[in-house]
Amino acid sequence: MTTTRVVVTGLGVMAPNGLGAENYWAATRNGKSGIGRITRFDPTGYPARLAGEVGGFAAEEHLPSRLIPQTDRMTRLALVAADWALADAGVRPSELAEFEMGVVTASSSGGFEFGQGELQNLWSKGSQYVSAYQSFAWFYAVNTGQISIRHAMRGPSGVLVSDQAGGLDALAQARRQIRKGSKLIVAGGVDASICPWGWVAQLASRRLSTSDDPDRAYLPFDAAACGHVPGEGGALLIVEDAQAARQRGVPTSYGEIAGYGCTFDPKPGSGRDSGLRQAIQLALHNAGLAPGEINVVFADAAALPALDRIKAAAITAIFGPYGVPVTAPKTMVGRLYSGGAALDLVTALLSIRDGLVPPTTNVSLAPDYGIDLVIEQPRVGVLSTALVVARGYGGFNSAMVVRAAE
Amino acid sequence: MRRRVVITGIGVIAPGGSGVKDFWNLLVNGETATRKISFFDPAPFRSQVAAQADFDPETHGLGPQEIRRMDRAAQFAVVTAREAVVDSGLELTALDPYRTGVTVGSAVGATMGLDAEYRVVSDGGRLELVNYEYAVPHLYDYFVPSSFAAEVAWSVGAEGPATVVSTGCTSGLDAVGHACDLLREGSVDVMIAGATDAPISPITVACFDAIKATTPRNDDPEHASRPFDRTRNGFVLGEGSAMFVLEELESATRRNAHIYAEIAGFATRCNAFHMTGLRPDGRETAEAIRTAMSEARVSAEDIDYVNAHGSGTRQNDRHETAAFKRSLGAHAYRTPVSSIKSMVGHSLGAIGSIEIAASVLAIENNVVPPTANLHNPDPECDLDYVPLTAREWPTDTVLTVGSGFGGFQSAMVLARAEASVA
Repeated sequence: MTTTRVVVTGLGVMAPNGLGAENYWAATRNGKSGIGRITRFDPTGYPARLAGEVGGFAAEEHLPSRLIPQTDRMTRLALVAADWALADAGVRPSELAEFEMGVVTASSSGGFEFGQGELQNLWSKGSQYVSAYQSFAWFYAVNTGQISIRHAMRGPSGVLVSDQAGGLDALAQARRQIRKGSKLIVAGGVDASICPWGWVAQLASRRLSTSDDPDRAYLPFDAAACGHVPGEGGALLIVEDAQAARQRGVPTSYGEIAGYGCTFDPKPGSGRDSGLRQAIQLALHNAGLAPGEINVVFADAAALPALDRIKAAAITAIFGPYGVPVTAPKTMVGRLYSGGAALDLVTALLSIRDGLVPPTTNVSLAPDYGIDLVIEQPRVGVLSTALVVARGYGGFNSAMVVRAAE
Repeated sequence: MRRRVVITGIGVIAPGGSGVKDFWNLLVNGETATRKISFFDPAPFRSQVAAQADFDPETHGLGPQEIRRMDRAAQFAVVTAREAVVDSGLELTALDPYRTGVTVGSAVGATMGLDAEYRVVSDGGRLELVNYEYAVPHLYDYFVPSSFAAEVAWSVGAEGPATVVSTGCTSGLDAVGHACDLLREGSVDVMIAGATDAPISPITVACFDAIKATTPRNDDPEHASRPFDRTRNGFVLGEGSAMFVLEELESATRRNAHIYAEIAGFATRCNAFHMTGLRPDGRETAEAIRTAMSEARVSAEDIDYVNAHGSGTRQNDRHETAAFKRSLGAHAYRTPVSSIKSMVGHSLGAIGSIEIAASVLAIENNVVPPTANLHNPDPECDLDYVPLTAREWPTDTVLTVGSGFGGFQSAMVLARAEASVA
């Protein structure tokens, strides 16, 4: 039962450099950035002023008007991403058994902008001005709930919160549900907290880049690394039992979720090493692959020297110095919280499909990391496997292996 | 061969007492912990009642830095997790840390911290562009509540899978269900799993006011939570945490641990109906119950006690009563059903785990806790809800259910470990 093959059959992407999987991929393979000065509020006076904002998204064009007042921006993005992913997979949910479909999303901060509006109503006007929708529009479970309602998916579903690692954890949970008997899961993560209150909270992490130059602000593995640029958006994927997908008439999938592992770092000051290496090894073991069989690694890309060193050390320990191509195309979109790793997984699947590894833009590799970082230009070649690594604030380490469909 | 998961350690913080013993005493005595809100002046709010926990972090061993850094909900989780580990007798430091994991359920995360900090940085809501210079250094831990899982993992030394499960008011059941999955698939040997929430903040009270989900029975707070009673008119907000040590039956038996119960079956479904509404026919809850019973390999007649969601809203009480009849058939009329929310309120994401604790203690003591304040049964609710007084009752197998905003419906079957040995 646990050997059920689980494949990805549909992609829904909301990225700062492209709406929809193909637009995102066209931008990413060409090194086109979506990072710029914040437009969603006036960032003057804040120490960090750049973000990866999803531009050109008009929710009204995609969603019924009754959903607009009751949803945060991240939920609107997620609802449309789910629609696109289902369309891409050629799924009509009404034709599938309702208890065999589910939704598993990751969340980091919920509908924070909605929450800011209602906190403001409460404290500047009074409790009777708080919206009736506040009871669910901001909370972490909202995307799963709204997507399940929109598509009448009534099977096992869930919501996980593990900061930037959450996107992979949600996909792993989707695979688990498929192996327990579900046929189809909408899985991934979408976050959007580029609002003043969300910005203050993100600044508190002390990991944000304060540069004003979009090309110099987010430089993982570079000697000039100075923190990251946050972004919004993410990806939702259609995950299916490979056999069920075939029976449904899906000719080919984007690839198989072949392996997963996760660990949590020891308490700072304990003297013990990060569990990142162990997470990667668990994922490889779970996929039944040796390090030499991995064609490319998508790095987490904290862009803080201490964290980049841990990442590079784990990669070189497992794959050897310069042993595997490593890339971090999130330099074009920023770190998307729960959406980040889900989008990386999409990028990995499209890289396998097209035999092309997108570059880590703007970065000059600092010599002491010992990794084969793909910079400047995309790298072309046949790919059949990829490893995606994600790390969440506080010590969450997740790793996932995808493999080309047979 | 299926790995069987058992509970070998429990830690509880609930309103009306601290620790497992106080919690159970409150329940069997049918006492209530619902009072007028004292955390802030509730006068401007429609509902002014809540079940607050009497909790002093210092007496529970938290240091000044931990107290400053953690939201109240995180403090609860760390304390109950440590209690559960001590109770289990496990020496976690002697085990492979990568094989110990953590799942913490929470519906609303650090709402108390976020509400308070928002007021500080926005000058009481006057500034739209809030002033970052006044933010506390650990604001990011409030922003993303995965910090709860991080704090628990650090405090017990776990380095395996760690996550927060946030499925609204079924979080407490789903977090434990998730932990069972990890144990059964063999990813871990031990899970520290449970849930926490500390939602009694002005913003949470205001948002439930706005949809009239909470009771306005402000003149009689001690009797304000009245599930299945004709006069009920909304739930009473609560707070607290329950965390458990879960391990495999075999390893627990080998180390001669006290086994509270086996987590024999678990299932969750979505109603895909409404973000806050419930279908009156109880369809998806019934489906979750049937699946959980089938996983547990028990039939309706084996269920000795049903720990109901019983939030005290009319729509829930009808929904749930229908679901029990749909899934248990005629046995629904014979088995006792009760709601401890009548006594400890509704602590959102935490309550599912607190109710697992109550269910396990019912098995341990062969006593079924009552539904307090049930004087005038609603004619639409015609099951045996154990009104007012606890009942001595042979209890080997318990069904506990939950229902959450977002449409989540979850069910878990807990069984006396000896009784489940085939």
